[in-house]
Amino acid sequence: MSTRLATGGRLLKTDKPLSFTFNGKHLRGYEGDTLASALLANDQMLMGRSFKYHRPRSVVASGAEEPNALVNLGSEGRFEPNQRATVTELFEGLEATSQNHWPSLEFDVGAINRHLSRFLPAGFYYKMFMYPRSFWKHIYEPFIRHSAGLGKAPKARDADTYEHFYAFCDVLIVGGGVAGLEAARTAGRSGARVILVEQTEHWGGRAPVDGGSIDGGSVEDHIARTLAELEGMENVTLRLRTMGAGVYDHGYALAYERLTDHQPDAKGPRHRLWRIRAGHIITATGAIERPLSFAGNDIPGVMLASALRDYVVNYGVSIGDRTVVVTNNDNAYLTAITLKKAGLDVPVILDARVLPEDIGLVEQAKALGIRVLMGHGISSVKGGKRVTGVAICAQAGEGAVLEEIACDAVAMSGGWSPVVHLWSHCGGKLRWDTDHGCFSPDLDSPPKGADGMGFVTPAGAASGMFALDDVLHDAHAAADGVVTSLDFKLPRDVEAPKAERREESPMMPVWMMPHGASVKLREKAWLDFQNDVKVSDVRLAAQEGFVSVEHAKRYTTLGMATDQGKLSNINGLATLAGALDADIPAVGTTTFRPPYTPISLASIAGEARAETFQPLRRTPLHDWHEANGAIWEPVGQWRRPYAFKRGLESTHDAVMREVKNVRENLGLLDASTLGKIIVKGPDAGKFLDMMYTNMMSTLKVGKCRYGLMCSENGFLIDDGVVARIDEDTWLCHTTTGGAESIHAHMEEWLQTEWWDWKVYVANVTEQYAQIAVVGPNARTALERLGGMDVSKEALGFMEWADGELGGFKVRIYRISFSGELSYEIAVDASHGAAFWNALLAVGNDLGVMPYGTEALHILRAEKGFIMIGDETDGTVIPQDLGLNWAISKKKDDYLGKRAQERSHMTEPTRWKLVGLETTDGSTLPDGAYAVGEGTNDNGQRNMIGRVTSTYHSPNLDRGIAMGLVLNGPDRMGEVLTFPGTNGKEYTAKIVDPVFYDKEGEKQNV
Amino acid sequence: MSEPVTALMGAEDKVGIATITEGGPLGMITLRGDLSDKALKKAAVAAGGVTMPEQGHCNNEGEKGIAWMSPDELLIMCPYVEVHDRLADLQAKLAKGHALAVNVSDARATFLVTGPRAREVMGKLSPVDLHPDRFQPGMFRRTRLAQIPAAFWMPEEETFQIVCFRSVARYAFDVLKVAAQPGSEVGYFTS
Amino acid sequence: MLIIHCPNCGVTAEETEFHAHGEAHLKRFGPGSADDEFESYLFMRRNPKGVHFERWRHQYGCGKWFHVARDTVTLEVFGSYSAQTTEPPEEILQAIRDRRPEWELT
Repeated sequence: MSTRLATGGRLLKTDKPLSFTFNGKHLRGYEGDTLASALLANDQMLMGRSFKYHRPRSVVASGAEEPNALVNLGSEGRFEPNQRATVTELFEGLEATSQNHWPSLEFDVGAINRHLSRFLPAGFYYKMFMYPRSFWKHIYEPFIRHSAGLGKAPKARDADTYEHFYAFCDVLIVGGGVAGLEAARTAGRSGARVILVEQTEHWGGRAPVDGGSIDGGSVEDHIARTLAELEGMENVTLRLRTMGAGVYDHGYALAYERLTDHQPDAKGPRHRLWRIRAGHIITATGAIERPLSFAGNDIPGVMLASALRDYVVNYGVSIGDRTVVVTNNDNAYLTAITLKKAGLDVPVILDARVLPEDIGLVEQAKALGIRVLMGHGISSVKGGKRVTGVAICAQAGEGAVLEEIACDAVAMSGGWSPVVHLWSHCGGKLRWDTDHGCFSPDLDSPPKGADGMGFVTPAGAASGMFALDDVLHDAHAAADGVVTSLDFKLPRDVEAPKAERREESPMMPVWMMPHGASVKLREKAWLDFQNDVKVSDVRLAAQEGFVSVEHAKRYTTLGMATDQGKLSNINGLATLAGALDADIPAVGTTTFRPPYTPISLASIAGEARAETFQPLRRTPLHDWHEANGAIWEPVGQWRRPYAFKRGLESTHDAVMREVKNVRENLGLLDASTLGKIIVKGPDAGKFLDMMYTNMMSTLKVGKCRYGLMCSENGFLIDDGVVARIDEDTWLCHTTTGGAESIHAHMEEWLQTEWWDWKVYVANVTEQYAQIAVVGPNARTALERLGGMDVSKEALGFMEWADGELGGFKVRIYRISFSGELSYEIAVDASHGAAFWNALLAVGNDLGVMPYGTEALHILRAEKGFIMIGDETDGTVIPQDLGLNWAISKKKDDYLGKRAQERSHMTEPTRWKLVGLETTDGSTLPDGAYAVGEGTNDNGQRNMIGRVTSTYHSPNLDRGIAMGLVLNGPDRMGEVLTFPGTNGKEYTAKIVDPVFYDKEGEKQNV
Repeated sequence: MSEPVTALMGAEDKVGIATITEGGPLGMITLRGDLSDKALKKAAVAAGGVTMPEQGHCNNEGEKGIAWMSPDELLIMCPYVEVHDRLADLQAKLAKGHALAVNVSDARATFLVTGPRAREVMGKLSPVDLHPDRFQPGMFRRTRLAQIPAAFWMPEEETFQIVCFRSVARYAFDVLKVAAQPGSEVGYFTS
Repeated sequence: MLIIHCPNCGVTAEETEFHAHGEAHLKRFGPGSADDEFESYLFMRRNPKGVHFERWRHQYGCGKWFHVARDTVTLEVFGSYSAQTTEPPEEILQAIRDRRPEWELT
């Protein structure tokens, strides 16, 4: 059984016990434990089930690369699935549950898949769920959806907050092992701004576990010394629990800091995503040990040799009493020696190599009395939910069992792979290192930055250096080179620390154990533990023609698990290469993509959630609207009142009331969102003649004119009233959505095409609260406020004037979007609310009511006024809308003119704007299509028009609509058929689009 | 005329790692023109009450100030009550040349972020290097504050003054508040 | 995410402050132009693998347009320059040739 040793662990605070639960069971651990080490200390080997066969799964690693020990953490607003127990720090009250099993972890029905594994080979899903086609929707898809996924998605709203932080530095160093620390020390001493991030909660990486000596002292002393020096450097920032997640273009990197995962009750954000821009990035990301491929290598109790060592040294946890070590390299001997020294039994070391036994670690192990079998390996592991023994064979053969040895743990080591992910994220190339059987960064092909130079340098084990002295030397040299390239200088006395060298024998690549393993053994040799991909699956994929590594990956799902192939990648590639009889470098590797390990989606969102999900734009009258029953309508980022509900009335009733009231009494509209752009200069008239389809240069000072704007494609993009302020100055109103885009459009033409024209533009949209005072009583209301003359004579229709009203400094435009007597009044925004209240006060007995955007729409539709976005959709030209009167015939040029001469634009068959009146008074469905004779090639009825705006008009008490119809203006009086989506067919007569006050008398009074 | 009302009526948040305060009404004039023109410079200096700033800088004395917005644009600041007079004066002085001066006082909201951790709060929202070696009082930066355009400068060490559009004042205040939430110290510029 | 330099306000900042607006140095064809001229102006765009001239705007900054010469494959930036020009200036061309001796302006 796995248990806690009396010796304690390097990272453990045994005076600080903690309690936690796993599947509801109360367990104890210590501060310093990971969830994995604490579970193991409680003999909880079984932690989950694999994805496909629901095989029992226990911890295989001790760090970020863990593929198996995935658990649910927390509950309610802090529930999170698929968390790796190996990197989860234990805290008081931690709640964990296992996942991917039913009904229980110990007894899982899905494990039946294991017995069907012969029938579930690679590509099974692709082959199985093809036919019959009709099965897809009701049988296959629900089945796949039910069985897909590991943990359950959280249901409650996230209880935590998250943030970003923008940091800039000369050198970012990822990885706080001895290499990262040395690189930081070196870079720091040059005076460069340095950020050093480490994903775990400890500095030093795994060097302290592996031992040795640096500068004559212990590794731990060296780490403490280096850290003390770094902490004294003002130019160096050190962050634990911060993972270098990704490297991107031009020196951009993301680092993921976990602030409160280990102390959920602490104040502040849970995660912080560092958005770092670095002059250079040093990846000191270390290396990951590879499993060996032998039958039964997935049985709980089989573990990476380094992990087994970590659990003993760091956490005082033994995985078993008798551990068989199986290896192809020297490093795993450290595990055997460590176990032996901890008083545990190591019955045998199986070394696939054949080597002299009197040097280095082999000799040391033998001196401790450990039996070493050279040229041997494991034929198969015995056991179900737990290792019970191993069958030994010759590595060279087909797996004939030579001997069986009882044991309860197996420590395996297939060699080490540098963590090249961050090097590769942005295009760094790899080379095959034959000596170590791994891919290492190809220093001649680094990822390149804005200046075309490499901006990432690997250091230490991440660059393929495995001996401690090499690691330190390499890290020092890397940092030295980097700071020099950034024009920093190292003080003269800075040298790399020296580490004691161990005598080491070379490793021997072993991709299958035994080398000639039979099909039966290969079917039980796991490559990807989480996704249940075995050696036999990869070989099958190769056989079936998936010879590209990227195809084989997707076909088998190798490396597609949450660990993204950290353990399985190289073994899988080698297996594929073997099956294809090709070299590993020729097969190549799959693409490494960020993030290095999963990061929370919420950290990516940062502050963009809840109230601050996106900016909402509020007018100066927003608070009044909110307090007075406004139903909000999003218009871009603006919130505009759709209608103001009174008492218990429905929204529809509110709209009807508002529309009638404007026609009969007095309405107030918050028009502040409409764009207001000042255009000034000697060439402003000429410029506006280019911007608008009609002539603006001839507009008289004091007058207003409705104008249309088109893109160079000829399509209508915006409309609004233009006022001429003085000889040199115009004020252009745009639509609500157009303020920023039209301002940018104007600036674009001025800066990039007509830069010699003397025109300045300013967007003053938000300077003003603009209120439309509309209805027969509008003039009376303004006269009651007192001040400037607003009579027909002093301020005629389509005129504007500056002045004072009720003590407010105002600009009044006599323009109308409703067909009523209407004044649009601009007042400085800081006085907007006060002015609105003043209008309400004087209008009290004049029947004043605010109205919203829906009433605005109905009022304009009754008058046949078009609305950008309703009558236009980016394919409509003004000519389609009968707006030829607003297109100047005199001008040689305006934006869109040439396009409007293109053959498609002058086609007589373009659909044109008409009014539509239902024959029974009902309201046409929005967007409905009119159908004509015959059908198209797809057997659908031919379409001859569509509804662009449709409303119930309370003034006419019937449905009114506008639409674009084939030859519409020539077909007045014809009745069209509009099938609805509700099975009903609507019929409507083509009429003039102006439904109300056709002569326009009301607005002119 | 009524008393001018700012977008958030002087909202304030003091519980976090820096204090967030909405500024009171401030006179602001956008001036566009040829910044090398002597007459324009003279008029701008008269309106702003401070000397002309360098590119990327801002000169301030209390409520008076001039910020360099772009190669042909300045933002002139003054007490709110004086803005109409100052604008009229400026326009009169520039009437002969080609320039544009408009009142934008009410189109903006201003905020102060103060405290030893003001740099950290700003660094959570704006993609700008705010290291004390790189961003100092006197400098002026137009950038984005989370998802909105904004400009800021440091009237003094430990204080940022921010200008953004009035319509997004609530959003600006809310993101600043989130960025300054208690317990969110970064320890990057100061440990 | 790229780093872009704005030649108008002198700020060098990350891409999120900017907005790219496609190919630079288009010649406008208006009324009176032939159909193929207008078509090429309105629709035809280069999509080179390698050196490219683009229009950018410092959207969240000074609001000004400018041009950027960069490599669409390596994302290497050769330089930024004024929007008020109809062709890349000599120093930009030189900067490109320094790093891409085989490249020719087409």
